[in-house]
Amino acid sequence: MTFAVVAEGLRKRYGDTEALAGLDLAVTQGTVHGLLGPNGAGKSTAVRILTTLLRADAGRAEVAGLDVATRPAEVRHRIGLVGQHAAVDEILTGRQNLEMFGRLHHLGTRRARTRTLELLERFSLTDAADRPAGQYSGGMRRRLDLAAGMILVPPVLFLDEPTTGLDPRARTEVWDAVRALVADGTTVLLTTQYLEEADQLASRVSVIDSGHRIADGTPDELKGMIGGDRLDVTVRDPRDLPTAAAALARVATADPEVDPDTRRVSAPVRERAAALTEVVRALDDADVTAEDIAVRRPTLDEVFLQLTGRRADPDTTPRGTEVAA
Amino acid sequence: MTVILPPVPRTPAARLRWAAADGWTIARRTLTHWGRRPGETAVALLFPVLMVLMFGYLLGGGILIPGGGGYREFLMPGMFAMTMLFGIETTFAAVATDAARGVTDRFRSMPMAPSAVVTGRAAADMLHSALGLAVMTGCGLAVGWRWRGDTADAALAVALLLLLRLAFLWVGIYLGLLARGPESLAAVQLLVWPVGFLSNAFVPTGTMPGWLGTLAEWNPISAAAAAARHLFGNPGTGDSWVAEHAVTVAVAWPALLIAIFFPLSVRRYRRLSR
Repeated sequence: MTFAVVAEGLRKRYGDTEALAGLDLAVTQGTVHGLLGPNGAGKSTAVRILTTLLRADAGRAEVAGLDVATRPAEVRHRIGLVGQHAAVDEILTGRQNLEMFGRLHHLGTRRARTRTLELLERFSLTDAADRPAGQYSGGMRRRLDLAAGMILVPPVLFLDEPTTGLDPRARTEVWDAVRALVADGTTVLLTTQYLEEADQLASRVSVIDSGHRIADGTPDELKGMIGGDRLDVTVRDPRDLPTAAAALARVATADPEVDPDTRRVSAPVRERAAALTEVVRALDDADVTAEDIAVRRPTLDEVFLQLTGRRADPDTTPRGTEVAA
Repeated sequence: MTVILPPVPRTPAARLRWAAADGWTIARRTLTHWGRRPGETAVALLFPVLMVLMFGYLLGGGILIPGGGGYREFLMPGMFAMTMLFGIETTFAAVATDAARGVTDRFRSMPMAPSAVVTGRAAADMLHSALGLAVMTGCGLAVGWRWRGDTADAALAVALLLLLRLAFLWVGIYLGLLARGPESLAAVQLLVWPVGFLSNAFVPTGTMPGWLGTLAEWNPISAAAAAARHLFGNPGTGDSWVAEHAVTVAVAWPALLIAIFFPLSVRRYRRLSR
């Protein structure tokens, strides 16, 4: 197995804050690797070091087989960076932006032009090509940003919170673009606060908190870490919640969580079929009407809660509105 | 998988060609901005003209030039220097916007010559100020200003004015990298305007209270304006030590500013990676 990105013991300190406290990371070539963590966990610092924008205080990192500290110029030939801001020129049109970035990648005027046409087509921006990027919607600007980050079809692409502030439709557009890139063989390191995003895109996820890695694995493995499946019971009458919790507690491997707002009780279980049968019987005996009973895999949100003792983001729904052109 | 990798320059000459090509691409970006926002560009170029009309026709009637001579003849070299000073705002806004929007980071993560971000900015801003100077010259000729010396002296005056602009370029880049975003432009304007008016650009320093007059006389704007008046053969040059050595001071000031702000800017730019 070859790694497109390797980091060992990366450290970075700003005054009294330790942004990275010995981060280890290994990203398999040709995959999407999610870097998951709350604000201030050190995700962006890690990306800035790996993209040669920032020097680490200690530790080493290789991107595409090249040391980022000693061979930064060569690393820059092999990476694309799509940062937290949509870093495009807002006065220039989409076409002018891409042609400029193409020339700065030394494609030459003619190849910069043809590459621009390809990218506009691929990111569905052909119709908006001659409008200034400042008039684009949030999703369109992000797509232009992505296109600018892959002028050369970089072997390794870094996406730093690519969908922060986008509405659900725009997020889906960005996700589709990322999937198409990976199909072409690009390795993607994706940082995100949205657990759903990592779940959707990443084949492996590293969870980081306070500057170091606290878990690593496929999304399924991570969900497995907190005790397999979860059983949810939604009751019709909120007064039945304690009874339902008691019924669940008999089969659960941990204390059930009760959410009065949704009238739902949730707990991890081991034997899904047996647990389900027993809970249904217990509720029936107690004369409790269940509106819904379901066995499901846990969400990464629950994984994060279990690993760190707090939620990844108090507001897990994406904020921000799309500015219409 | 099709990975298109560009050729890496290996010889110093090839690297220089890359740096020049990248610098030109960056400069062209700014030139394209002018074309895309012609209104804004025109307003920026014509603003000093408005000041000439205000001072030349509204206020100038009340200002006497020691040693005689028309006020507008005195004013124009001062306005040339002011136009160079306003350039700080242009440079600052461009640098601060790119830094805040992540465009600077994108450039830094790309396989382009790192110097191009600065050389491209410098080329575009110098061109902008040269254009501004040309507009002001036209405006001056229209309001009755003339250069009365020989052509070589006039060319030296223009060179000194552009040298001052080059010095302000580094001030603008440094402040732009220091700022958190283009919103701080108001703070820069707060710095630029008093510096501009505390000079001999609009009134002879002899009319100010003693200490203030001395301060104004030693202002880099005053040095450039006095040197330009001297070289263009315009009135109001005065007879103090600074006035008699106007050209020397007009070289020394920009040299000093560059000596301070060039290393500061480079250090600040490098600190982006700390």
